[in-house]
Amino acid sequence: MTDAAARQTSRYVSQAPFQPEDDDAANVPNPPNFMARLRAQRLAYLAFGVLLTLYAMLPFIEFLAPYDSETRNPDAIYAPPQSVRLFHDGEFRGPFVYGYSARVNEETFKREFTIDKTKVQPLRFFCAGEAYHFLGFIPANTRLICAAPGESLFLLGSDRLGRDVLSRVLYGGRVSLTIGLFGVTISLVLGVFFGVLAGYVGGWVDTVILRIIETLRSLPELPIWMALAAALPAAWSPLWIYFGITLILGLLDWPGLARAVRARVLALREEEFAIAARLMGASPARIMTLHMAPNFMSHLIASATLAVPAMILGETALSFLGLGLKPPVTSWGVMLNEAQNLAVLEVYPWLLTPLIPVVVVVLAFNLLGDGLRDAADPFSR
Amino acid sequence: MSKPAATSSALLSVRGLKVYFPVRQGGLFGRQLALKAVDGVSFDVRAGETLGVVGESGSGKSTIGRAVLQLIKPTAGQVVWLGENIAGFSRAKMKPKRQSLQIVFQDPLASLNPRMTAGDIIAEPLDTFEPGIGRDERRRRVEEIMAKVGLLPQMINRYPHEFSGGQNQRIGIARAMILRPKLIIADEPVSALDVSIRAQIINLLGDLQKEFGISLIFISHDLAVVRHVSHRVLVLYLGKVMEIADSTALNARPRHPYTQALLSAAPVPDPTVEREKRRIVLQGDLPSPLNPPSGCVFRTRCPKAQAKCAAEIPKLEPRGGSADHLVACHFPD
Repeated sequence: MTDAAARQTSRYVSQAPFQPEDDDAANVPNPPNFMARLRAQRLAYLAFGVLLTLYAMLPFIEFLAPYDSETRNPDAIYAPPQSVRLFHDGEFRGPFVYGYSARVNEETFKREFTIDKTKVQPLRFFCAGEAYHFLGFIPANTRLICAAPGESLFLLGSDRLGRDVLSRVLYGGRVSLTIGLFGVTISLVLGVFFGVLAGYVGGWVDTVILRIIETLRSLPELPIWMALAAALPAAWSPLWIYFGITLILGLLDWPGLARAVRARVLALREEEFAIAARLMGASPARIMTLHMAPNFMSHLIASATLAVPAMILGETALSFLGLGLKPPVTSWGVMLNEAQNLAVLEVYPWLLTPLIPVVVVVLAFNLLGDGLRDAADPFSR
Repeated sequence: MSKPAATSSALLSVRGLKVYFPVRQGGLFGRQLALKAVDGVSFDVRAGETLGVVGESGSGKSTIGRAVLQLIKPTAGQVVWLGENIAGFSRAKMKPKRQSLQIVFQDPLASLNPRMTAGDIIAEPLDTFEPGIGRDERRRRVEEIMAKVGLLPQMINRYPHEFSGGQNQRIGIARAMILRPKLIIADEPVSALDVSIRAQIINLLGDLQKEFGISLIFISHDLAVVRHVSHRVLVLYLGKVMEIADSTALNARPRHPYTQALLSAAPVPDPTVEREKRRIVLQGDLPSPLNPPSGCVFRTRCPKAQAKCAAEIPKLEPRGGSADHLVACHFPD
């Protein structure tokens, strides 16, 4: 091909080495990576931003919430939401809310609150409110918003014990948002373990795991949740109940992920590059971690993301039925549990506000999961 | 590509290799049948030589390669590698052998992990067999072999999809070569490539063989390619050897009617010869290996078939004029 070939031909052959890509080797653009492809999915990227913001807020809930989740105000039971205003009688007064005027309803013998447009109560920011421990150990009392001195502030209204709904939604998010993540982590660990085992080992191991998966998936979800949740010892502290519920949600969710992983592993082990690795003497562990995992990880992350909303909804459903978390732990489900009464809802609809974050978070996770799935496999569409 | 003289010591001896696959016919409760992919194949590969394996698709040529590598456990027979029968070896026992027994695949892109860079792919055997070497030494060895196979060192951090098919096959060859193996099984290494690239890859394999004295098993369905690169050629039909001979002897005078048919179909780069050439066109398809014909497996398509062919299985015997030229035919030419 080289010298010999050149000598044999009569035509001119350059003796200079052929270096076709000498100059532009460095200029080849990198293919869009995972994050770049995700960024191209506008809606998913927006959802990603929303979720990131929400999760970033969690450590600062005490600062963001005007009150503690359990602070009661007996003078303002079922107070309606106050809206923030800037102008009073056409005059700029800075951010303020109108105060309440209470009146006893002669027919129902209940105190009813109405917004009193004469009481201008300016809001305070970065003010000294109720004391709390930032991150659990730093004593602090600074809050983002406080009511005017001696007054109360219920931007989303108050509940039957006079607790601030806004503060409770914020505190509830801490539980509701993390329970999905912990549950998915458990489900992910179990799913990857059993999926890889079934897919890679095959044979009777595969059969046994598949039968377990099928059995678990054929169980009706809600009754099993309820049975397991009811089996949690009543004497457990709220923190233990929280972990118990997480565990239940994770234990019932892994079969779906395990199946996805198994399918990927089965497909990948027949891929020629996996066979090549085997023939190059690579150990099964090396083939799994180096050759297979990177090729199914992005799919897995997408499936896991799509599993988070199911977990959040599961917790909400359990707590709504009174089987999940119980007061004094606050979650969106616990709050909705207190809003079960139709009569209550008609008169105090603001008790349904926890539905809004549930919908937003579930929607965001679903959008993000779809986007991740598309970004993980740009050739699949 | 010139062919260096092969030494006569056998590196790999395959004796009576059989690979049967269990197949269930007729749904869930059907009979279990044995698909005889490879049925009693014997051959030697000597140090530094290229053994070409030709056959139609379904003749079992790839299965032979995989059975030698113990990717598929042989049903019966011996695979003697450097004096040791490795047939049926476990993964752990096979591992030290893999250092000197490598493979190049047909589909260059599929055989490379899409998530690994060219450098990491090439270094893969190095990582398993010599994990102790430092980063610099690893990089040096990778760049050295990249230069040998005609890749530029600055391509080390690129991913397979950024390369052309020919370049990917060079990566595959570099990966097989990096440990300086004694034998490389090239399973249709050029079939997936453009015709214009084929010659480059074939020449590259030849150059590497010359430089490092490796042996090659060159598996292909294309007799024109095989006879060009091989010292000896093994013609396979329905899992059985039809003819093994020196490449030159086979070219000059094929004895088996099947080889004759294959050779007559291979184009000759000389218009006068090509025009004069008598083509033997085989009728029909390869019979099912589930239910092979009795006697000689080729008899259903053989222009010379007689009653004896259906009754008796022809033995692979030196009937070609030299002890090296083995033919399995009752009526060789």
